[in-house]
Amino acid sequence: MGTLDEQIWETLSHVADPEMKEVSVVDLGMIEKVDVQGSRVVVCALPTFMGCPALEIIERDITKAISSLTGVDAVSVKFLRDPAWTTNRITDKGREALKRMGIAPPPVFEEEAGMWQVNCPYCESPFTTMENLFGPTACRSILYCKACRNPFEAMKPVSTL
Amino acid sequence: MSQVFETAEAALESPSYTEALHELLFRLADDDFLLAYRGSEWLGLAPHIEEDVAFSSISQDTMGHAAMYYELLEELRAGRADDLAHLRPASERKNSCLVELANGTGTYLENPHYDWAFAVVRHFFYDLYKMELCKVLQKTSYTPLQQVARKVASEQVFHLMHWRVWFRPLMKVDGEAKTRMTAALQRFWSYSDELVSYGSQEVELVTHGLLPAQEEFKRSVLAVWESELTAVPQVSLEEVQKVTLDGRRGQHTEDLESALCTLRSVYETDPQTVW
Repeated sequence: MGTLDEQIWETLSHVADPEMKEVSVVDLGMIEKVDVQGSRVVVCALPTFMGCPALEIIERDITKAISSLTGVDAVSVKFLRDPAWTTNRITDKGREALKRMGIAPPPVFEEEAGMWQVNCPYCESPFTTMENLFGPTACRSILYCKACRNPFEAMKPVSTL
Repeated sequence: MSQVFETAEAALESPSYTEALHELLFRLADDDFLLAYRGSEWLGLAPHIEEDVAFSSISQDTMGHAAMYYELLEELRAGRADDLAHLRPASERKNSCLVELANGTGTYLENPHYDWAFAVVRHFFYDLYKMELCKVLQKTSYTPLQQVARKVASEQVFHLMHWRVWFRPLMKVDGEAKTRMTAALQRFWSYSDELVSYGSQEVELVTHGLLPAQEEFKRSVLAVWESELTAVPQVSLEEVQKVTLDGRRGQHTEDLESALCTLRSVYETDPQTVW
């Protein structure tokens, strides 16, 4: 057993995004920091998209998970405005987990060209087309792979440049 | 350089600053709140299912932006965010009349005969304005608002891409599309000054470093609108009569009252409920 701080991060790494069950909030880059004052814990998180209805569920799931740790009396989740969440915060592990769900990880957004290349999460082909910039959740788009002929989703590239 | 306020507590120490900041935040919040509502009224009625997915996502983002502005107001002791969104009467609303206008004739539940041309034009040109606003707000004197504006801008990129995909082709074909897009643009143009104008609070908003000089901002918005208009066949807008209503002064159309009535009907059943 590590320190309480280590246990909290370990616990958070099992709190999944309710709309993408394979990816934890840590691997999505949503956790900015954890403050521990004695038995009181404040988890500082970053919202992905502002209108995302999953934020309240994430808050509840984090609170529930951390509350179950020995030595924790009070947990609160604070959503910060700064720094802004960007898709660059998603870890390599998170990117792999997204692919397992058929969701292409966010590509690097090329501001100049106003476009980006997304590889198919199933066959890695770059021959894909955008079917709908918007998808089932605020952070995803719907694409189609011309190589393996699978529809798939991709996370929108979000940057604050 | 005017003073920068990094927190709500610091801002609250200056009553005149707080008043000007409230004014600005109410405009931002009410604009996005009403337009998100009008957008959500298209659910199930958009031209095709892909558009339903996209438009509802855009409206959800926009409602999220409004919620952030109402939360900033709550921190500045203007009242509870949910109450500010739902309970303020039409006469206290600071949104532009442009965003409150009904989508067409009929209502969502009965004979909705909505105008897609107006939806495309209103959302595209409003979003172009909003992007310019986000740029200047990233240099505003209230740090929490800078942070929100930076985040909003990162989401607006997708909204603009989406509406441009509708706007350009519809402007380039003849027939019904041309007639309706022209009418929609002229209707939008009659509200364009009202949307961009700082109104009666110009001095306060500028001297407190909340917004840049009115003329400078107006020029940058006009330049962005014009660059979109020059990319498509020309539509005559010079003769368009500007409306005299000014939403920033609490002057509104009947459409606002009916929108608010629908919006608050659920909330009013139990204002104490946590949604």
